[in-house]
Amino acid sequence: MRLKFQKYILHAVGFSLAAFLMFPVLALFVASAPHGLLAGLQHPLVWPALRLSIFTTSSSLLVVVLLGTPLAWSLAQSKRTTGQLVETLLQLPLVIPPSVAGIAMLLAFGSRGLLGALVHPMGTSAFTTAAVVMAQVFVSAPLFIQSASSAFRRMDSKLIVVAQTFGASPFRIFFRVALPLALPGLAAGAALSWSRALGEFGATLMFAGNLEGKTQTLPLAIYTAFQTDIGAAQAISIILVLVAFALLLLVKVFMKKAEKNP
Amino acid sequence: MKNNPSLLASCLQKMGLCAALLLGSNCTCQNSTTPAQQEKLVVFAAASLREVFNTMGESFRRAHPNVELAFHFAGSQELRAQMEYGAVADVFASADLHHMERLAQQGYVHTPTIFTQNKLAVVVEKASAPHIQTLADVPSASRIVVGIAEVPVGQYTLQLLTQMGEAFKTGIEAKIVSREFSAKQILAKVRMGEAQVGFVYWTDALSAPELAVVPIPDNLNPVAQYPIAILRNSPHPLLAQAWVRFVLSEAGQSILESAGFVPLEAKHPTGN
Repeated sequence: MRLKFQKYILHAVGFSLAAFLMFPVLALFVASAPHGLLAGLQHPLVWPALRLSIFTTSSSLLVVVLLGTPLAWSLAQSKRTTGQLVETLLQLPLVIPPSVAGIAMLLAFGSRGLLGALVHPMGTSAFTTAAVVMAQVFVSAPLFIQSASSAFRRMDSKLIVVAQTFGASPFRIFFRVALPLALPGLAAGAALSWSRALGEFGATLMFAGNLEGKTQTLPLAIYTAFQTDIGAAQAISIILVLVAFALLLLVKVFMKKAEKNP
Repeated sequence: MKNNPSLLASCLQKMGLCAALLLGSNCTCQNSTTPAQQEKLVVFAAASLREVFNTMGESFRRAHPNVELAFHFAGSQELRAQMEYGAVADVFASADLHHMERLAQQGYVHTPTIFTQNKLAVVVEKASAPHIQTLADVPSASRIVVGIAEVPVGQYTLQLLTQMGEAFKTGIEAKIVSREFSAKQILAKVRMGEAQVGFVYWTDALSAPELAVVPIPDNLNPVAQYPIAILRNSPHPLLAQAWVRFVLSEAGQSILESAGFVPLEAKHPTGN
């Protein structure tokens, strides 16, 4: 009986956190009622922002996966100490606040930034859709690199050795052995990275600004609506949550499939 | 499955225990509060008041050494939302009448008093300053930053542009690269050289000597009236009154004036 009771205590303690995490999300839906969602869909800021969010996050995800996968592979192959040092450095964008990321982006690619004139003929990359993508890549790539490199490390290294002894080229090893084996980890990393990009707010606001149809992504549209009408902000928030949840679900299903038949 | 009812029961038990603990701690807290303790005066103020209120706060603290003065600066519209959703404050100073009137209508604040005025200024980044010297040159800039129409500085800018006529307004709007959430954000974008031109408050322009200022004729420049009010649920109404009196006093008004705010007696030409 006492042992059972202890188990319940553990459950209850854990449950309290779960309740805390779910309650605000629930409030978002409960407090708005169905007409709130409809009003949200009709809000003039929604469609341009939704389109822009989908376009920019797909672009940033593409960049992150295309460049991040080889990077993660090199990190996983490198010597333990150097690899881990570089990996730790690459995690920095994760732990610095988004506002700091925004300032860093301005100092690097802004008009008076180190690379300003080089990156953009007009002298600044700020205030462009490209700036939105750059901010998203900066904050979201580390999540992908992290899970991709650990997926590559978890692989059975004997398989690589066997492939090498059979004379497989590095390309062949990467594409035919490593990639298929690490796919679930890569997909998980892509999902995490994508959701971080979708939610990106601070660095985008500072580096890319806020202009409808050009740099105003969903989180910025929510903040804009919040200035006048919390109800509208709430309705757009629900749309963002639904979009994020649907895509997360899709990735989970895909990962389940990949795990079953590797 | 059959574990569930007892799990729920234990959860409820725990919740009850937590509630009891919370109530208990609340009680002891109230008992231990002694009147000799420092009182905390919370002032919610528009972001454009940041520097000047901080300066005024120093004088106020000297006169009231036992008072802990805490400022919370943000956009007027954001502060209003926070108060509507239960934030506790003693005084609210807004950068426009609209948000204050809404709060007064809903019974959140006592009758507001206008304590100062501000106006708009066009700031120009130094490198572009030679090409942009008058208001008529502004549409030739390639990157203009304004406030969104929902924040006071953006609303005043909209008024100014409407006054300037349709052609001028569309000319400017074609060059807007970002709509920011506060005058300070607009100023920061111009200071960093990202934007060439920004529409901000006159007081912001004065705080950035490295930027050039394009004058706006007084008869076109909207008057930004700043109201101040004490909250109805203010925990320290007497202290709140002391702060409002200080802001309206000669000393307070002269600090505002030296920061570039337009004194009340100097009626603005477009004003009533």
